[in-house]
Amino acid sequence: MLLSAPMPRAAAAEPVVPFRAAGDGIPAPLAGLAGDPARGRRIVADRQVGTCLLCHSGPIPEERFQGTIGPDLAGVGSRLTAAQIRLRIVDPRRLNPETIMPAYHSIAGRSRVGAAWQGRPILDAQQVEDAVAFLATLRDPS
Amino acid sequence: MNRALALAALALTVVAGVGAVAEKRSGYLDAGPQTRAMQDDDTANPAFLWVQRGETMWGERPAGADGRSCQDCHGDAAQAMRGVAARQPAWDAATARLMNLEQRIDRCREERQGQPRLPPESEGRLALAAFVGLQSRGLPMSVAVDGPAAAGHAWGKALFETRFGQLDLSCADCHDRQAGQRLAGNVIPQGHPNGYPIYRLEWQGMGSLSRRLRNCMTGIRAEPFAPGSPDALALELYLAGRARGLAVETPAVRP
Ligand code: HEC
Ligand code: HEC
Repeated sequence: MLLSAPMPRAAAAEPVVPFRAAGDGIPAPLAGLAGDPARGRRIVADRQVGTCLLCHSGPIPEERFQGTIGPDLAGVGSRLTAAQIRLRIVDPRRLNPETIMPAYHSIAGRSRVGAAWQGRPILDAQQVEDAVAFLATLRDPS
Repeated sequence: MNRALALAALALTVVAGVGAVAEKRSGYLDAGPQTRAMQDDDTANPAFLWVQRGETMWGERPAGADGRSCQDCHGDAAQAMRGVAARQPAWDAATARLMNLEQRIDRCREERQGQPRLPPESEGRLALAAFVGLQSRGLPMSVAVDGPAAAGHAWGKALFETRFGQLDLSCADCHDRQAGQRLAGNVIPQGHPNGYPIYRLEWQGMGSLSRRLRNCMTGIRAEPFAPGSPDALALELYLAGRARGLAVETPAVRP
């Protein structure tokens, strides 16, 4: 129902790009975009953009206040493939319908979204790819 | 007094049906030691500036021949207002709706004093609510959730459990399931309304429960409930019922 609402002209490009999941991952980068790990680090660290550190901790020492709700992101690139990380950011409800982690690249099933955020996913396709590229670099030291 | 307050705040409750014992825990216990110390000492608690103003307003007669003060109708607040805040919001039979403490103050001002309402979050409104709330300090939260209030209570529970906003989180996600965890730097409290209006360090000022709920709603990028609306009252009633047995702490101090 949100999807059928007419989009304002400025946001004419599709806010959410289609993707194909395979198993517990999304193998192909969204819209074929290449991610940049340095940009991804800034997105993950920023409380207003990625908001990831509200819930997670991670190897981003300059951010003093980190969350304890989700798993530590340190070493996530050793535990998960880029495809698996991508699905967990795009729409973790596909793996766990009850998850508290928001679906970052979806606008489906939302209610009472504030006016400034209506019809927009939390992260656009490029931002998702940047975050995936950064998390994939988080390898266990061993 | 402070020790008693802390002990009352630890009142144990049994979660019906589950059999698990969950500790009902005031946000006081999740605040840091300095914040708690400010609340413990009335001379250090900045909210007492508002309480003092509220006490003055309680005795002030509005201009006009037969202008009556709160005191003229109710008498000594320590007696007349004792326990009132612990029971809000409550069903109002005359208007057939739920009303909270601030709305009751509005009604007295309009109907009995011929005065305009005090605007939301205005210093005067917070001052009177803090002064009246203080008269229930230490008493257990004891709102009625049955009878005519039952439908609003059920609706409030449904709202509490519904996910809202771009971040798609419910009150229950954070305050039932993740209480005690850290959301970035903040410990997530159980979300009890037993200290309002509060002095909040982050605001550097006083604020109502509506203001607190607006912060939580905009935090998840949701459209807040309009203060005083049926949705807001239902949610406030559910929160008050959820906090039953906790000691009223008004005016509390929070980070
Ligand atoms: C509101 C809380 C919350 C936020 C915000 C959040 N996450 Fe999560 N995340 C979780 C939880 C909880 C899990 C555990 C799995 C589950 O419950 O679905 C998780 C799991 C993950 C996983 C899988 C980790 C593993 O070891 O299996 C990744 C990767 C991840 N999150 C990345 C992110 C990124 C990147 C962001 C920001 C763009 C983010 N998360 C924001 C709560 C959150
Ligand atoms: C993403 C997590 C999150 C969500 C969702 C959330 N809150 Fe909160 N809430 C908090 C945090 C964290 C605090 C503590 C205040 C602070 O330091 O920011 C808080 C504080 C509160 C308090 C004040 C408790 C006290 O001791 O003074 C109340 C009441 C409250 N929330 C109710 C709600 C209600 C009702 C909703 C849903 C409409 C809600 N919250 C949604 C995180 C959340």
